[in-house]
Amino acid sequence: MSDVVEKTLTALPSLLSLDSHPGSAKLSSTSKLGNLIRGITELTSKHEEEKLIQHELLAIKEQVSSPNTTMRQMKELMVRSIYCEMLGYEASFSYIHAIKLAQQGTVLEKRVGYLAVSLFLNESHELLLLLVNTVLKDLQSTNLIEVCMALTVVSQMFPKDMIPAILPLVEEKLNHPKEIIRRKAVLALYKFYLIAPNQVQHIHNKFRKALCDKDPGVMTASLHIYLQMIQENPDAYKDLTPSFVTILKQVVGGKLPMDFNYHTVPAPWLQIQLLRILALLGKNDQSTSEVMYEVLDESLRRAEMNHNITYAILYECVKCIYTIHPKSDLLEKAAKCIGNFVLSPKINLKYLGLKALTYVVQQDPKLALQHQMTIIECLDHPDLIIKRETLELLFRITNAQNVTVIVEKMLEFLCISEDDHTTIDLVGKVAELAEKYAPDNEWFIETMNTVFSLGGDMMQPDIPNSFLKLLSEGFDSVEEDRKLKLFAVNSYVPLLRGEPGKLPQRFLQVISWVLGEYSHLREDLEPAEVLSLLAKLLDMKNSSSETKSWVLMAMTKLCKGGTDASVTQEVSETYSSSLDTVLRQRAHELQYLSQDPELRARVLPRGANPETLEVDSSLSFLDRFVSEALAAGAAPYKPPHQRQEELDQSKALSLEPYGLSLPISMSSCSITDRQSPTLLSMSSGLSGDSADLSHKGGSSALKLDGVKRVWGREGYLAQREPVEEAAQVEVPSPIQSPGRQGEGDSLHSQTPTQTPTPEPEQEKQQLASSLFVGLASQSSVSLMGKSEPTPQRFRRKAKGQGPGSSFNASEQISSSLISPPSAVDNLLCNNLLDSNNASELAEQTSQLSQRLTTANGTCHTEAELTEPDTKGCNPALRRDNCVVAADPGPHDDPGRLTEVCLDSYLPAELSGLSHSEIAPLCANQSLNLSACHVQKEDSLILVVFIINSSESAIQQMLLQVDSEELEVSCLCDSPAGEMTSHSVAVGQYSLTVKRPAVHVEVVGTVSYQLPAGTSQSLQFSYKVPLTSFIRPFVVSTEEYGTMWLSFSHDTKQNLTLINDNQEPLTATLNALKKKLQLHVVEVIGMEGIVACRLLQDLPCLMHCRVNAGWLAVWLRSPVPDLPDCLIYHCQRALQSL
Amino acid sequence: MVCTDNIDFTIPLQPAADRRMIKFVLMVNRQGQTRLSRYYHSVELSRRAALEADVVRYCLSRKKDQCSFVEYKDFKVVYRQYAALYIVVGITDSENELSIYELVHNFVEVLDKYFSRVSVYFSLQSELDIMFNLDRVHIILDEMIQNGHIVETNKSRILAPLTAIDKMVES
Repeated sequence: MSDVVEKTLTALPSLLSLDSHPGSAKLSSTSKLGNLIRGITELTSKHEEEKLIQHELLAIKEQVSSPNTTMRQMKELMVRSIYCEMLGYEASFSYIHAIKLAQQGTVLEKRVGYLAVSLFLNESHELLLLLVNTVLKDLQSTNLIEVCMALTVVSQMFPKDMIPAILPLVEEKLNHPKEIIRRKAVLALYKFYLIAPNQVQHIHNKFRKALCDKDPGVMTASLHIYLQMIQENPDAYKDLTPSFVTILKQVVGGKLPMDFNYHTVPAPWLQIQLLRILALLGKNDQSTSEVMYEVLDESLRRAEMNHNITYAILYECVKCIYTIHPKSDLLEKAAKCIGNFVLSPKINLKYLGLKALTYVVQQDPKLALQHQMTIIECLDHPDLIIKRETLELLFRITNAQNVTVIVEKMLEFLCISEDDHTTIDLVGKVAELAEKYAPDNEWFIETMNTVFSLGGDMMQPDIPNSFLKLLSEGFDSVEEDRKLKLFAVNSYVPLLRGEPGKLPQRFLQVISWVLGEYSHLREDLEPAEVLSLLAKLLDMKNSSSETKSWVLMAMTKLCKGGTDASVTQEVSETYSSSLDTVLRQRAHELQYLSQDPELRARVLPRGANPETLEVDSSLSFLDRFVSEALAAGAAPYKPPHQRQEELDQSKALSLEPYGLSLPISMSSCSITDRQSPTLLSMSSGLSGDSADLSHKGGSSALKLDGVKRVWGREGYLAQREPVEEAAQVEVPSPIQSPGRQGEGDSLHSQTPTQTPTPEPEQEKQQLASSLFVGLASQSSVSLMGKSEPTPQRFRRKAKGQGPGSSFNASEQISSSLISPPSAVDNLLCNNLLDSNNASELAEQTSQLSQRLTTANGTCHTEAELTEPDTKGCNPALRRDNCVVAADPGPHDDPGRLTEVCLDSYLPAELSGLSHSEIAPLCANQSLNLSACHVQKEDSLILVVFIINSSESAIQQMLLQVDSEELEVSCLCDSPAGEMTSHSVAVGQYSLTVKRPAVHVEVVGTVSYQLPAGTSQSLQFSYKVPLTSFIRPFVVSTEEYGTMWLSFSHDTKQNLTLINDNQEPLTATLNALKKKLQLHVVEVIGMEGIVACRLLQDLPCLMHCRVNAGWLAVWLRSPVPDLPDCLIYHCQRALQSL
Repeated sequence: MVCTDNIDFTIPLQPAADRRMIKFVLMVNRQGQTRLSRYYHSVELSRRAALEADVVRYCLSRKKDQCSFVEYKDFKVVYRQYAALYIVVGITDSENELSIYELVHNFVEVLDKYFSRVSVYFSLQSELDIMFNLDRVHIILDEMIQNGHIVETNKSRILAPLTAIDKMVES
């Protein structure tokens, strides 16, 4: 900041505070506001404040409702109310008066009324509706000041259901001769776009007009809308790139009027906004990026003045250059620019430099090398904020070689940090790095122990979960496996012997589980001792009941009866009467299993390879049960948030009569949905029946493992991914006490040629060499580790994953690594000699982490695949008859053959239509039954083929078909009577849905008499997915709107978006359209409306909206259960892509 | 289909529009008393006082030579001191801290410009107090920041509506 400005500002505090202020004393004695203000400034305690404000509130309340109060007094009352609310005391009685003031006041009073409204009410407040008329009136006023006020309040808050009422007026203002009115109108439209994008969909061309407005202020305002729209869909606005570039060029070139300057820099915030837009447009797009290279270069060049604001622009410029398609000379300049930042003595600049560096090292890790000494200095910076930001940077450049040093630095910071948020964040990062790059077992266990101790009970629950998963899955080598587990056991026993009371609950849980599973690996450790150590945990006062249940489970695994009996007996007796049902259950398990060694050995087998038990977390095996229950009239499951919402809706005023055609309140519900992202991913059941359960299971997956072990269920044996131990080959370190010090030494010893330098310098350089090792070697190593879609759940700040796919890093680096070879570089080079080993190591580690990913992932994917009746009930539809016919081959598949033959028996009128695969139903010695269904435009036909496969004719054959969910009507005469040998009879039935279910079933009986006279019957069932009954439903948007409001059954769900090259919404809707025969009525921006009907004419409407990477879907239908069933099929359809 | 592993749980639970934004502006004195507060995301009244006290305590504890940007919970705080008065701005992590730091200064310059001028209009004997003009300071701020975004930085344009109002009141 320049000194001149600083000086003028010293006058400000006297403006701003009251201390020893002669004028204010005069004022305060004359007004009530003055009294209040003086009162506030003289407060010395919270208690006094409360007394004062309560008193004030009473006074305001009294006066505000008096009929004699003038508008001028009312204005003062509102300001006093604002004061009360600012101090945290609600003045809700004054809200209505604020609205009145806006309505009836003139000029300043009106403005204060609007101001009070915008301060008091939130956007969903019901009173806001009362403001609509006032706004309408003011928008039509001839007084420009009033128009201005109305537009200002509209662009701050407005009930979104009422937008249509004022939209035409606001649009009109876009053509107003006054710049300020046009500008405010654009801002109002921006607000509308934010809260209800579909409402302003039709005026996109007017946005363009605003962008080209002759007034720079109006243009600037329109950039808000564009930034927003481009963020959502950059592809749609690529054609505007040259415009934005031209604008930026003009701004940078000083073409704007002088009053847009800030400290001689032309419109800096506008420049920043434009740079953000350009970054979004140029990302992953070479040709668009090329358009902007020149102006970016100029921006870098122009921003040379030494002022904070130019650095703010530079920062944005650097970010942009590193986001768009790279250009080497720009990158070089940007890198130099970052260098100036981090080297700056000004601490704010240093901070921003680190932040920029953190951003760019994701694209180019080697940039960190240039600044390694600065980074190390920052690491020791007295300001914790700088330290923290440096760790963030280091986190981004961690690889297998520097992980130990970086993690050590992070743990050091954790020890001094007092902020919970930082702790949670850092603990997650350390755990992530440890899992990804651990050089060896011991280091891993020790690091995780520190994580558990420091992270305490605040950390994300998946950290201990994935740790135990890793431990239990183990490695290929039995020996390695044993060592890892043994090391864990060895490190825990002393902890329990020490002061376990000081350990966090989560850590105790981990310890209990590990000891329960693996303490037998340590031969000199008596189970009795472990048992007594564990029992001690039960007696501790601060042990939570969750921990206790972990302990009890561990004891169940350990107890052998005999000598241990007394401890377990005592414990199980104590807890078998516990009020906590879980504890009671565990205690009973302990009791029974400890007394029955055989049973125990069976349910808790030990020593066998730890099998990964697959948990069908989608509970898909319940689908049948659920669909039957639904069919039997059970109410469909609604997730809690929906129930809550419905409850709220029934309580709240219904605003529906305002009758807008589209369901716009979607956004509110999808926010709640997103609070549990797992909800959807796991649910495959009917409308996510099992979702909540499985979600819970997910967050304590570990516990599930435990349960599974106890009740050891057969089946679902997963293919265990063999996990290789990575670093072990390279670093054969002693089992016990590897010690981080030793680790550091061994790293240093790799750098033999150390130039003699002063002691502290040398230390720093050693640190540098260990921190930045691996960055300069073939960058692919570390880049690979980063760019792989890793499984880590702990990424708190996803700071824009680098695009850089086509990024030629090595070329860029060779030119940017021009700093003279220093001692540090020497050290580095020496390190690089080992890069062969090093990269191997890194590769293996990244493999390890990848495998872990897959191991983690299998649970879900396989659960989805193994859903039992997928194959049977959802056969692919085929258009023609000749698909499978070609190759009967050596494998004589009887089913196939029949099918091929049967195609020709398909009734002529159906043969041209698409039909499902002809599936064999059942057979006995004389009859063979098959069936398929044929989709006609207005009906679904079931075709049953009866083949007499015996050598003799059968008599009195009768085919009966019936269904609970379906209306079955026989089309032509049902086949009956006699069937000669090797003949085929065909029955056709038209099916209509009575009661929607996910799959509907037809059951049938064929009865017949053998020539011998014995009567026989054969029963079959045939399942049809509901989708076969779905047809597109062609309606107009208006019709859709009317219908929407009249339908009473609905369901909401978030679906996955398809992200291929297309626009995700269109891609997803097209996929659904293709798979489920839906009709896409209209797509407006991020929303789409879709309609279908269930044969014959039962409509179901679907409203889709892209929201934070999900497709929020809302289905409505007059038919109960139809929305639920349909959403299920939508999920399946998107899953199977 | 979705696999939980691919979901980034850190995506803020708010519409995309709010990912880069100003969350609040505070003016606080050295005693930690709030002189002005404006929130651009909904924070319950009952929680505001605690949040303000927390943030302010944090800012006050910092020395002059320390960084003006601090982390507070899941957002960043940019603060700038003008003698006994602190202006504190809460922003999301993706905002440009330095540009906000300068925005604060721009705001102060606007206040400076306005109050040195109105003092003539109002013919008061001495400078005005922010506290006595809380409404006007709010009106100025409303011209600069809306919905958590910077909407105007041109000083004369920021002041235009307010000076127009003043003129009307005067006449």
